[in-house]
Amino acid sequence: MTTAPLDKSRMLPGGAGLRHTAIFWIAFCLLMAALIAAPLVLSEFWRRLLTEILIWGLLAMSSDLLIGYTGMVSFGHSAFFGLGMYGAASALLIVDPPNLWLAILFGLVSAAGAALFVAYFSTRLRDIYFAITTLIFSQIFYVIIFTWTAVTGGENGLIFTRPHLSIPFLYNARFTSTTMHWFVLAIVAVSYLILRRVTQSPFGMVLQSIRENEPRTRAIGYRVERFKMVAVMLSGLFAGLAGVLYAIQNEFAAPDFVYFLTSGETVIYNVMGGIGTLVGPIVGAGFFHLMRELLSRFLGDQFPYLIPLGITFIAMIIFLPQGIMGFARRWLNE
Amino acid sequence: MGALGQFLQSIPVDLLLIQTVNGIVAGMILALVASGLTLIFGIMDVVNFAHGELFMLGAYFGFVVFSATGSFWLALFGSSLIVAILGAAMQIVALRPLIGRDPLNTILVTFGVSLILQNYALWQFGPVVRKIPEPISSQFTLFYLQYPWYRILIAALSAAIIGGFWLFLKYGKFGIWIRATAQDRTMAQAMGIPVPLVYTGVFAIGAAMAAASGVLFAPMVGVSHTMGLDWVLKAFIVVVVGGMGNFGGSIAAAILISLVESYAAIWVNPSQAVIVSFVILILTLLFRPTGLFATTPR
Repeated sequence: MTTAPLDKSRMLPGGAGLRHTAIFWIAFCLLMAALIAAPLVLSEFWRRLLTEILIWGLLAMSSDLLIGYTGMVSFGHSAFFGLGMYGAASALLIVDPPNLWLAILFGLVSAAGAALFVAYFSTRLRDIYFAITTLIFSQIFYVIIFTWTAVTGGENGLIFTRPHLSIPFLYNARFTSTTMHWFVLAIVAVSYLILRRVTQSPFGMVLQSIRENEPRTRAIGYRVERFKMVAVMLSGLFAGLAGVLYAIQNEFAAPDFVYFLTSGETVIYNVMGGIGTLVGPIVGAGFFHLMRELLSRFLGDQFPYLIPLGITFIAMIIFLPQGIMGFARRWLNE
Repeated sequence: MGALGQFLQSIPVDLLLIQTVNGIVAGMILALVASGLTLIFGIMDVVNFAHGELFMLGAYFGFVVFSATGSFWLALFGSSLIVAILGAAMQIVALRPLIGRDPLNTILVTFGVSLILQNYALWQFGPVVRKIPEPISSQFTLFYLQYPWYRILIAALSAAIIGGFWLFLKYGKFGIWIRATAQDRTMAQAMGIPVPLVYTGVFAIGAAMAAASGVLFAPMVGVSHTMGLDWVLKAFIVVVVGGMGNFGGSIAAAILISLVESYAAIWVNPSQAVIVSFVILILTLLFRPTGLFATTPR
């Protein structure tokens, strides 16, 4: 994988690092303010699209931990995403009255279970073998979900009603599209901060050293397999969280989302936005969905929007391997 | 002992034999698809995600040529030729700029290509399943079934194409170039072999093999734009189980996996039988990561 340049200023103590941190927080707060205000300005349609972009962004960000920071391309994130969806659905269907937090818990637990299973087997392999193994694992989950009609609803999936947005003792009301947006935004922002912290922690540094040179990392004495397993599980957990959010937003869980095309789109978001940046994948997801929306607006619903998007994707891999964020960063530096 | 005897008696021998024939027929088509994939990987380190779409497009072009001319054999040749040119173009445009970069980039690019091709097929031909009639419709009796000769012909033709390709690799001038490039790229170049041409040629040959298998397979189930997805997954499994870049291994693995899947289909739903091949793949990766049929474990 092409590697993003390590941000030296972040690692240096003192002046440069401090200035960088200040710039980061200012930018973060400005962006958050814009995203909080956005649903008040946008129409219903765009509000929903923005929320959805944030959810896809979370999914892409979770896989960036593997692609960008550990150097493992996962083609199996649809499994974690899908199990998050089905976990949330099961909680909302079984427990009465439906509880939002229980749905999240169920979703996370089932995604973590899948991630443990996948991580145990796939982390013994490298490069394309890892990619293919994760792909095959996600297909196993897909086949199980697709054919186990009694539990998963098979092809039709599961349909449920959205739980109330409840914060114990403080707030309890039906979701509106605006509160939904804020709720998703809060979770995505917190996830981003956690993932950012993780990538800057000693653990994250080990992951990056695995990406740069795995044999050497092993020779230094790190147990590479364990680090990789934890990375896959952490990534799967956040992917599952994205699945939970998507299920709650759309009030259904469907096997289509477990199919490997979802994983492929996740990789596309990463590459378009810029791997190894965490923000990039969200930008990539936004770019992808906005392009798709604009294309189907101007060229009609029947137009196969994936053709121009696929061409853009290929061109970006060839000419712009750092993605939009990498390009922006280089442009800003100049 | 009683339980075992009962189990053995419950195995339907006739069904088992029918599934053996089915498995071998499916295995030969799969071998044809997978040998193109493994050829491309073994020589260029390219994991061709779009291989299933080349298979699917081959079937569609076969349908188009068949509708125009009414000849199945013309469809087979015409479609292979068109897809070979398409494959060559794909290699030149999308993959040549990536030579020397991490092989993971190739899986991303070919995934992009597969999305484009699949959506092109959906756009061009619509979601309706197209049919190519079988070129020979005679049947023979296999137990209580009327088994079509055409399926036996498919297996024989696939074997013939693979065999012909093997001879070409062994004795043809271009085939020797291909093997030389696979062994040592730099040395091959130093000896005056036009390596870029070999790359493009190999990709075209692999694409043509995928297209040929698409046309051969089309009369059995019909042509649809999603048919490539199942096949690319199966071909991946075969190629990994057989050992990446191992030509003979992937043929053996193709037949093994198809046989196991068709036996499993006696007891479970065919869409669940796929899981058996997934399990074979996982076990292979865990215990013999270089492939079941590798001569020397790395």
